[in-house]
Amino acid sequence: MNPTRKMWVIFGGALALYVLIVMLIAVIPAIDLSHTAPGPGVQPLTPLHVQGREVFAGNGCGYCHTQQVRPLTEDKVFGRPSAPGDFSYQTPELLGSERTGPDLTNVGKVKPSDVWQYIHLYDPRAVVPQSIMPNFRFLFRVVDQLPAGETAVPLPAKFAPAHGYVVPTPQAKALVAYLLSLKQQPIPGYVAPAEAAPAAAPTAAVAPAAAGGYAYDAAKGQALFEANCAACHQASGAGVPGAFPPLKGNAAVASDDPGLHLRTVLHGASGVVIDGVKYSSVMPPFAAQLSDADIANIANYERSSWGNHGKPVTAAEVATLRAGSK
Amino acid sequence: MAAAVQGAGIADRDATQEQTSEQDDRALAAVFKAYTISATCWLLFGTAVGLLLAFKFGAPDFWAEKYLTFGRLRPIHTNSVFYGFASIGLVGTAFYVTARSCGTRLYSTRLAWLGLWLFNIAALTGTIALDLGYNWGDLEYREWPWPIRLVLLAALLVTVWNLLATIARRASHDIYLSNWYIIGGFLWTCVICLVAILPWYQQGLGQVAISGYFMHNAVGMWFTPLALGLFYYAIPKVLNRPIYSYALGVLAFWTNLVFYPMLGGHHFLFSPLPWWLQTTAIICSVGMLVPVLGGSANFLLTMRGRYHGRIESYPLAFLFIGVLCYLVGSTQGTVEALRSLQAVWHFTSFTVGHSHLTMYGFVSFAVWGAIYALLPLATGKNPGRLGVATHFWLALVGMSIYVIALSIGGTLQGLDWVRGVPFIQSVAEMAPYYLWRGVGGILMFLSHLVFAWNVWRMTAGKPGNAPSPIMEPEGAAA
Ligand code: HEC
Ligand code: HEC
Ligand code: HEM
Ligand code: HEM
Repeated sequence: MNPTRKMWVIFGGALALYVLIVMLIAVIPAIDLSHTAPGPGVQPLTPLHVQGREVFAGNGCGYCHTQQVRPLTEDKVFGRPSAPGDFSYQTPELLGSERTGPDLTNVGKVKPSDVWQYIHLYDPRAVVPQSIMPNFRFLFRVVDQLPAGETAVPLPAKFAPAHGYVVPTPQAKALVAYLLSLKQQPIPGYVAPAEAAPAAAPTAAVAPAAAGGYAYDAAKGQALFEANCAACHQASGAGVPGAFPPLKGNAAVASDDPGLHLRTVLHGASGVVIDGVKYSSVMPPFAAQLSDADIANIANYERSSWGNHGKPVTAAEVATLRAGSK
Repeated sequence: MAAAVQGAGIADRDATQEQTSEQDDRALAAVFKAYTISATCWLLFGTAVGLLLAFKFGAPDFWAEKYLTFGRLRPIHTNSVFYGFASIGLVGTAFYVTARSCGTRLYSTRLAWLGLWLFNIAALTGTIALDLGYNWGDLEYREWPWPIRLVLLAALLVTVWNLLATIARRASHDIYLSNWYIIGGFLWTCVICLVAILPWYQQGLGQVAISGYFMHNAVGMWFTPLALGLFYYAIPKVLNRPIYSYALGVLAFWTNLVFYPMLGGHHFLFSPLPWWLQTTAIICSVGMLVPVLGGSANFLLTMRGRYHGRIESYPLAFLFIGVLCYLVGSTQGTVEALRSLQAVWHFTSFTVGHSHLTMYGFVSFAVWGAIYALLPLATGKNPGRLGVATHFWLALVGMSIYVIALSIGGTLQGLDWVRGVPFIQSVAEMAPYYLWRGVGGILMFLSHLVFAWNVWRMTAGKPGNAPSPIMEPEGAAA
């Protein structure tokens, strides 16, 4: 073989083989996957959400946050496993590869309050003291006079600027609108694999425990409160003035009738007046995530902490309220 | 065949080969020098940013302004070390290796300069675009807006054309192994760039498939073959003996080509990508053991019996660590790809540890080793012995701290999630490991400053006292 021929044979062969493999392993599957039909209820993004998504990608939120839920037990806190149809309108895709912060697939459900999102973006440590997320103050403006139609972000005094009002820029508004739109759509007839799979360890006797055998577990109550509630009501129970009510000394928590307390946790609330302050931000419902025993543990933790002395509740009471208000 | 290879692999200027004129040698040395200096600048810039990022994990409010926010600097770090430092460093050395192993002059010096400009324009405009917030979907290593990635593609095309034409001028019939890997890497990467840019099959989940493909093909079909190509030339050269087995090198070449492209799906294990795609990726991740073990064994056997030389010759020490990290990092990758372990390690900082063990321990050490071994031959100027030793130990100790800290921390992070503790607790528990990563990072960055000094002495400055990188042939030394 002449030397130049030899060169073309080796390199041409290596190139052709590679192109073949790439077609089979990447391009052809990608053509097929690009035609995945949208899942039930999955809608195209509105222009505002598209803009918010650009702010998200441009500021690299995707390097710390994934948007995919795996079919693993550990991922259940983030929602049901992601389905192919969830990503139909997600171009560029933002599935991500690292979870320095939590998955955001369902953040619109977990933190439905725009006020929380604004405070958190302005300074994550104002609501989550241990957070290592950077602040995004550059998405806000500080003004001396509140422009008509704007609301100031109700920051805790420690985190607020010395004077003036903090208002979100249009980018921040678009970003928060996008974040609040992140909610998985239910898939009719879907059963979580962990529950469906026969191999999964039987999580024995949830029902009997809920019915009668409930005993308050203080450590569990505290852990659940810190995981689900402290971001808004704060670990100290003091809340964030003007945004999230304190649970320390709260009437609903102190009341012998646990109705309001438990209903708020089960079904969420918004626009309620507490202690003369009207809260326009949203409290998310927890009925879907938390079992009766979990909710009872949280409620009892709240009722016995920060100087509160509310009458203990039982899991059975939670079950009754859950059933009654359906 | 072995004799021809030995000739091609070892001799700097060998009587059996076409004599290159002094002017050609000077032109080649100038190209090699310019690429090395440019790569060094990108290394300093890119890792200064990396160090700042590491710091931000402990001080999130530090320099949180728009143009210095974590999410804009992170892709600037990864892209500037990928396409600025590692790529330009590998390409400059590849020019030298190809021309020398073919015993001929570079086909075109003008094209080599054009390539250097194009690489730099791409990396510079890419950096600016990312800082202004033009980031294409946080899709790792292809975040630059597509016109900039076209410039990168142009740089690759210009360069591979130049290299192929150089190989066509060679005197011997054989094509030395280094050139297989180098040219292979260039041709495949042109395909990778093109596949990553074209939009038609990149809607929703289709794009996820391409992202998985892209992430590990960029490292596996670009950096890996180029770095291996340098090993095949520089290791025999420094040791003054032929490569242990030519056939093993060829086997590793073809198996690498078959298995590597298919393992991209392992970036999206448990995602909604088709299960068969994920399983293929896992199987090929295991198949990768063949080229990895074959390649590493070949290099280590070439070094057999000369282990004391690793201490005497710092270029060899760099190359040795490079081979070792290639072996360890890739084996780690194989283990990481198994579903049961992915369930723990995926999404954690463990992956970042793997990235640096491979991109730093393997690729960067290969670049440095090859530069220390070959640049003095091109310029006739040696660096200082103390300088090279300082670079070596700072980089090695720094990287070890970095990788060990994140491997332990990442594992604990993953186990926390499996145990179902509140997420924020896993964040808080990482604090000491992030801190140690920063400590390792400081040593690494200091080593780069020393490297820059060494490059200065090998190119423009006053030469130092390091001995010739080429060791005495066996038997000749006492
Ligand atoms: C350096 C990594 C990092 C970056 C960059 C980052 N985050 Fe975070 N994020 C975190 C961490 C850690 C947490 C968990 C602690 C907390 O709630 O603040 C978090 C929490 C969140 C939460 C609350 C999620 C929940 O379930 O409670 C939201 C929403 C969020 N981030 C949005 C964003 C947005 C939007 C951006 C980009 C503008 C962003 N993050 C950038 C690390 C990061
Ligand atoms: C996203 C922020 C947020 C989270 C998370 C949150 N809450 Fe609330 N919560 C609120 C807001 C806002 C209110 C005020 C009611 C309203 O929305 O008008 C409130 C009100 C309450 C009240 C007082 C009801 C009343 O009428 O006095 C209780 C009790 C309560 N929350 C308990 C909880 C518990 C328990 C959890 C965790 C399982 C929790 N909250 C999680 C935002 C939140
Ligand atoms: C001083 C030396 C360096 C320091 C301190 C450093 C630090 C960092 C930091 C803090 C991150 C972000 C990790 C995260 O988001 O969790 C990162 C990512 C990364 N760095 Fe470096 N880096 C250094 C050198 C390098 C070099 C020389 C290379 C390559 C040649 C490199 C390649 C990468 C890659 C590929 C990633 C992305 C990792 C992933 O997504 O898994 N780094 N680095
Ligand atoms: C047999 C060889 C290898 C295998 C099987 C392998 C496997 C893997 C796996 C499974 C991941 C994904 C981890 C996760 O997201 O959880 C990964 C990530 C990565 N690997 Fe490898 N690896 C190998 C060799 C290499 C080499 C040689 C390099 C560098 C040249 C490299 C560079 C990287 C980088 C940079 C990432 C991070 C990608 C990202 O998330 O941004 N790997 N590897």
